[in-house]
Amino acid sequence: MPLLEQGRLVADAFVAIADDARLPDGAPALVSLARLQAEATALLARNAQLGVLLPNDTDPSALAPFLHRLSLVALRFPKHRDGRAFTQARALREHHGFAGEIRATGHVLPDQHAFLLRCGFSTVEVAESADLAAWQRGLHAIPIAYQPAVAGDATPLGLLRRHVAVG
Amino acid sequence: MDQHAAIPPHARTYRYDAVDRDFLAARIAEFRDQVQRRLAGELTEDEFKPLRLMNGLYLQLHAYMLRVAIPYGVLDSRQLRQLAFIARRFDRGFGHFTTRQNIQFNWTKLEDAPDMLAALAEVDMHAIQTSGNCIRNVTTDEFAGAAADELVDPRVYAEILRQWSTLHPEFSYLPRKFKIAITGAPHDRVAAKVHDIGVIAKRNAEGAIGFEVWVGGGLGRTPVVGTLIHDFVPEAELLAYLEAVLRVYNVLGQRDNIYKARIKILVRDLGDEFRDLVEAEFAAMPRGRYRLDPEVVQAIAAHFAPPAFATLVDDPPALRRARAEDRRFAAWCATSTHPHRTPGYASVVISLKPIGGIPGDASAEQMEAVADLADRFSFGEIRVSHVQNLVLPHVRQEDLPALHAALDAHGLATPNVGLVTDIIACPGMDYCALATARSIPVAQRISERFADLDRQLDIGTLHVNISGCINACGHHHVGHIGLLGVDKRGEEVYQITLGGSATNDAAIGELIGPAFSYDAVVDAVETLVRTYVAHRTQGELFKDTYRRIGPAPFKEALYAPA
Ligand code: SF4
Repeated sequence: MPLLEQGRLVADAFVAIADDARLPDGAPALVSLARLQAEATALLARNAQLGVLLPNDTDPSALAPFLHRLSLVALRFPKHRDGRAFTQARALREHHGFAGEIRATGHVLPDQHAFLLRCGFSTVEVAESADLAAWQRGLHAIPIAYQPAVAGDATPLGLLRRHVAVG
Repeated sequence: MDQHAAIPPHARTYRYDAVDRDFLAARIAEFRDQVQRRLAGELTEDEFKPLRLMNGLYLQLHAYMLRVAIPYGVLDSRQLRQLAFIARRFDRGFGHFTTRQNIQFNWTKLEDAPDMLAALAEVDMHAIQTSGNCIRNVTTDEFAGAAADELVDPRVYAEILRQWSTLHPEFSYLPRKFKIAITGAPHDRVAAKVHDIGVIAKRNAEGAIGFEVWVGGGLGRTPVVGTLIHDFVPEAELLAYLEAVLRVYNVLGQRDNIYKARIKILVRDLGDEFRDLVEAEFAAMPRGRYRLDPEVVQAIAAHFAPPAFATLVDDPPALRRARAEDRRFAAWCATSTHPHRTPGYASVVISLKPIGGIPGDASAEQMEAVADLADRFSFGEIRVSHVQNLVLPHVRQEDLPALHAALDAHGLATPNVGLVTDIIACPGMDYCALATARSIPVAQRISERFADLDRQLDIGTLHVNISGCINACGHHHVGHIGLLGVDKRGEEVYQITLGGSATNDAAIGELIGPAFSYDAVVDAVETLVRTYVAHRTQGELFKDTYRRIGPAPFKEALYAPA
């Protein structure tokens, strides 16, 4: 599926691997948390990038032992109204200092694009049929924010306000 | 050019600058685009719903309803005039003030909504976050900046919370709506303990400002008084601490059952662990990032600096004379004025509860009249109270007779503030899609029953609150007498709760017995009031009599065979 980084289409190097499928040799792989926990030694020893899909009811601290080896954490929105992953992303950045890719997957709307990036997401997986112009608009519609957040904030304007740096 | 030239120079409201205005303009453009996408069928109703709700647009029984934010209930005269304009141009000439210090326009057309928002933006107003599962309009004391008993001006922190919560990237898709109330006076006039978060500003022994934080209070299906989780959050840590509370809620709040999704359920289920989780999050946060700098507080406080009060004396002779000569005026003074901290001034409550009227409704003409009177008598400032009345915060006591006469000419001098006919009622079946019964007509009939002013004054302070369904928008649980309209096999019946309170001694009213029919409920209220009057001691309020003598005498009066 198309992947957006700061509103631009980028190539997705990762391949999602089902729990019972064999891992490709030397290629970036995205696995479930259950598989990562079950096969940690083997997975972390692979000579390729590793990503994990973290369910949205799981505390990101479950990833703490693995984070230094992870290049990607994918978070899921089962419905766009379920905002738990916003807090997960923020926790990964703030509490765990994770600097790799955080990807939004599942049901998200263009109107949430700027919020995602401000909470620490770096990429968004969108539907094949997605209107990319709408995703662009969603990113730039509101150039000002009234509160501190994890990412994308330029120098404060004064008071609580700050310009949001995008793209 | 002074961009604030049109605002009366003394009106103490938060003044927008070019950046705030750009923000609003961008926001309206975004919503206009969303409305167009909806009208063109590009957005499904399911996708559009959260977007329109974040812009205050509800779908009711007969039409859309636009709920406009009145941040912490503070308006200047220019803004109130614009609300009158909107009522006339886009509604049916009325606005409805709510218990959350907002105003609702009940007859909105979807295609008009962006233009209504543009008209609001002309006076620095909006409808952002008056609905949806986000942090709603922060409410505060209607006498803020004026009340004699105030320790800390809560408007400063209410404005800070307003800014902080505006389009918050992390907290716009919470499990459920989230309501914060803040007060800075020892007498709680904001119902702090029945909010998702209640904040009570105070000073410590050194004079530094800090905040009591209460969480998990609320009404609705599961009414509960909140829990104190922090006794003194220092000013600089206010935002960090509230972030921590919201993060715990966002992660752990229930999302699969709408009736269990409010923070009160989480707080109840977790008990002390809730506080531990908040403290752990608070301890782990990069606190520098969320620090509230004293310069920010100062800059915002400057917007609320007191107006230039004259040097006057309390209770001037002209006022005493007017009271002695006119009983109605004297009654109005007794019920409708509130002590001001500055000698010679008073805060005046304008009742939006005329006998037999719709609680909280104001016509465009009335709004314009109040705006004019605010300019003449109150530095251009108006407040909306959480009991659906209006307030002129800073009136010279010597002007009270002239103000009273002018209000009277517009049907706005009903001397019933705090009395049995000052009823809180939700829109109920007349407008609301969720209603199970009518509430407005019940309020109207009770009001007519107790119309006699002498009788009302004799009964004294009494809070009657009415909700048209279990969602409790009429705050029936915290009324001294609370009425809840429910549907019983196709018939509207009213359950009665007694002894509730929304203030310092916050309590949830207790169900007294079987419900009463629409026809019988007014007589039931009458019986309860008579029972109270017969049993009360000197100066005792209904809820206190109820707590002292218990439900038995009331039950007996209501249900004993005649
Ligand atoms: S209490 Fe029920 S009927 Fe009344 S406004 Fe709220 S949802 Fe509607």
